Amino acid sequence: MRMIRSLVQGLLCLVVVALAAPAAVAAPDDDGQALLEALDTRSYADKGEAIEALVASGDERTRRWLDALLDGKLQRHQDTGRFVVVLENRGRQWPVADALSGERLGEMSRRELDRIGINNALRGQLHSTLAVLDLRVDDVRARREAARELLGNVEAAMLAPLQQRVADEADGEVRRLLEQAIAIHRLGQGDAAAVEGLAGSLNPEARAALRAAARSDDVALAEAASGALAGIEQKLKLNRGVETLYFGLSLGSVLVLAAIGLAITFGVMGVINMAHGELMMLGAYTAWGMQQLLPGQPGLALILSIPAGFLVAALAGIAIERSVIQFLKGRPLETLLATFGVSLILQQLVRTLISPLNRSVVSPEWMSGSLMINEGLSLTLNRLFVLGFALLVFAGLMLVMRRTRLGLEVRAVTQSRAMARAMGIRATRVDILTFALGSGVAGLAGVALSQLTNVGPNLGQNYIIDSFMVVVFGGVGNLWGTLVAGLSLGVINQVLEPWAGAVLAKILVLVFIILFIQKRPRGLFPQKGRAAEG
Amino acid sequence: MLASRSWLSRPLHERSTRLFLGALIAALAVVTLLNLALPAGHPLHVSTYTVTLLGKYLCYALLAVAVDLVWGYLGILSLGHGAFFALGGYAMGMYLMRQIGDRGVYGHPVLPDFMVFLDWQSLPWYWHGFDMAWFAFLMVLLAPGLLALVFGFLAFRSRVTGVYLSIITQALTFALMLAFFRNEMGFGGNNGLTDFKELLGVDLTTDATRLGLFLATGVALALGYVLCRAIVASKLGRVCVATRDAEARTRFLGYRVERFQLFVFVVSAMLAGVAGALYVPQVGIINPGEFSPIFSIEIVLWVALGGRGTLYGAVIGALIVNYAKTVFTGVMPDAWLFALGGLFVLVTVLLPKGIAGLLGYRRPRRPPDSSTTPREAST
Repeated sequence: MRMIRSLVQGLLCLVVVALAAPAAVAAPDDDGQALLEALDTRSYADKGEAIEALVASGDERTRRWLDALLDGKLQRHQDTGRFVVVLENRGRQWPVADALSGERLGEMSRRELDRIGINNALRGQLHSTLAVLDLRVDDVRARREAARELLGNVEAAMLAPLQQRVADEADGEVRRLLEQAIAIHRLGQGDAAAVEGLAGSLNPEARAALRAAARSDDVALAEAASGALAGIEQKLKLNRGVETLYFGLSLGSVLVLAAIGLAITFGVMGVINMAHGELMMLGAYTAWGMQQLLPGQPGLALILSIPAGFLVAALAGIAIERSVIQFLKGRPLETLLATFGVSLILQQLVRTLISPLNRSVVSPEWMSGSLMINEGLSLTLNRLFVLGFALLVFAGLMLVMRRTRLGLEVRAVTQSRAMARAMGIRATRVDILTFALGSGVAGLAGVALSQLTNVGPNLGQNYIIDSFMVVVFGGVGNLWGTLVAGLSLGVINQVLEPWAGAVLAKILVLVFIILFIQKRPRGLFPQKGRAAEG
Repeated sequence: MLASRSWLSRPLHERSTRLFLGALIAALAVVTLLNLALPAGHPLHVSTYTVTLLGKYLCYALLAVAVDLVWGYLGILSLGHGAFFALGGYAMGMYLMRQIGDRGVYGHPVLPDFMVFLDWQSLPWYWHGFDMAWFAFLMVLLAPGLLALVFGFLAFRSRVTGVYLSIITQALTFALMLAFFRNEMGFGGNNGLTDFKELLGVDLTTDATRLGLFLATGVALALGYVLCRAIVASKLGRVCVATRDAEARTRFLGYRVERFQLFVFVVSAMLAGVAGALYVPQVGIINPGEFSPIFSIEIVLWVALGGRGTLYGAVIGALIVNYAKTVFTGVMPDAWLFALGGLFVLVTVLLPKGIAGLLGYRRPRRPPDSSTTPREAST
């Protein structure tokens, strides 16, 4: 063992010596040294030229040097005239490496070193130069990033290499960005033909360049630029419209999820369940708990918590129905009070047993991130999933109500309890199942909400008034009404928000519904026939 | 019954009203005596702190009477009475703010501190007039009254009743809460109005003022109770009860149901406003939290616990629940919500007539049904 170790050590020593020797002894790595010498000048203009010369040289160490120069870490030893890269500029003694060979030279006193200074203009030049350099890396994403960096930062000297890149570039996105970058530069020079290259671009830099051009003295150029700007504005407006609609639908889908369970218990059974929000909270906590059980697998935990959340909330719902609601048949206002009591108890229970603090549920990877439509518009994936989930739940409920035995019985009991009983339907059993179904859907809503907000004891409270509004607005006992009402209230809220502010928008929506109820006391889609009475 | 008796004084001849008033006056007298006559160290001495606490309970009692008037006798379960209470409180708070004058932290002669802080240059138009006591006291009645009038007019005209009305009253108070939380509204945002100095030129912090406010609240409760009793016992009250039990039938008999509902609703809102106005100088602050829907539901619980449709039951319920709240939040704050929630469930399931029902006082009428129209026989 020992022999091997000493052998290895010996070999290592040899290698180090062999590597260090040429750099240390045969110093004049002439090209590199000459290029760096050119940088060490007082004139910033000369430095700028030196940087360009560096890039043109194609030396593979350029990137490292320029990075160091940008950070103020490219320095020269006063006595030996050696160029070094400072590795860590803290304290008095700095560890340094030789700029040419990369060999570590131990520590040097900061007093022995002279920094090669740069000014802001050079810093800007360095940034864009580095971006051009980055365009040569293999990773497509890094290349796109670099190309985006170049927008508005193209210098005349970079044009030639950039055009070369455009010709060589395989990725269309990078090519498009580079062409835009070049067009922005040309536009700055007063080239009217460049406007065409920027038409329809949503990049803020492109718009800034066009706006500047629209103010220029060259009439033809100004006209072309303002034309392109108008087109872009149009596109932006559309973008904003789509975005508002998306956020509105997203908010609406949450409302639909929260309200649809309520629509079943309230609409079908005539039961006001103020604890509905807390059932949602239970669903959300189930999602959180599942994640604690399956650490490191948020995706699986989320999928499992969908049935689990339904089950937990449905069981809690059955417990509430059996212990409280069944004794309050036909007294909706008393049910309201009693279930409000239940909601207080559930909230406090969670506060005591788990924590009064909010918990956050991690989104699985396939739900985070966003779907990019174009530069100005990207849709967050988790909201998209929740929207889809809401529609799925709605479709499922419709199926249950329209196509199953339970749905048939529920509808029968809703229309005439006495007659349904006379036909042999066990109304009590239907009540329990309906309430369990409504509660379970609340649990599903909670699972979905856990992906959008933090999970806390107050989660349900924030939604209960809104969901009642949705049910009342849509028309009690009508699932389609709930869907339409929820989505449209979400969109209305988002449309109002930009000019009224979030709180005022909410107030306006509430006032709107209060007034709407006066006009149509039975909501958007009133029930007809016997069920409407009472 | 003698025709010469005015409808307002009629309740004074009822046994239950006399009993209630007697108990109330006796309680006021005992508290005053124990506060003034006994030295501070005496075991039976009632401290000024307790007097103020009791004054707060009496405000709640008056609020509960107002809710019982609409819920117990009209069948309208308002989940937004906290809004009327808070509006009355804000009207009083605005008066008290103007009374501070230039003694605020920033010393501005006209603008309250929070406006100076928000860099407002002049008083918003709706703050004008609140430096005059008569105007402010009028507003204590008018602000909640007008809101109730407009809201009630719209709601009752289109026959929004029952659960729907409950839900939109809740939305109303929720919307108002959100609105009052906004700094731009000019009501102090979420800090509300506070730091009051004096009322009608009297220093608010002295023991005498505190006792005076307590007694004033007691008198207001007595007057409010008599007024409600008078309304209930009048012919108008009979129509209200008929509306509660069978709205459609009453309408078919030729009564304009919505007018009765509107009148009683507005009176109830004004009473709630008075309760709020008396509440603010005693607790020394009014903030948008009073608009929270939970508070409004809690009021309903007081009434339900005491026994709805009895008025005195509302008073008993308000006193019991609030005393329990004070005790619980002092001893074990975590248990309070359990207790309150449990109370909601127990009262509605086991004690539909509340404590008044337990007392065995049998009213000749059939017990109130919460739904405004008789539903077809359930189950």
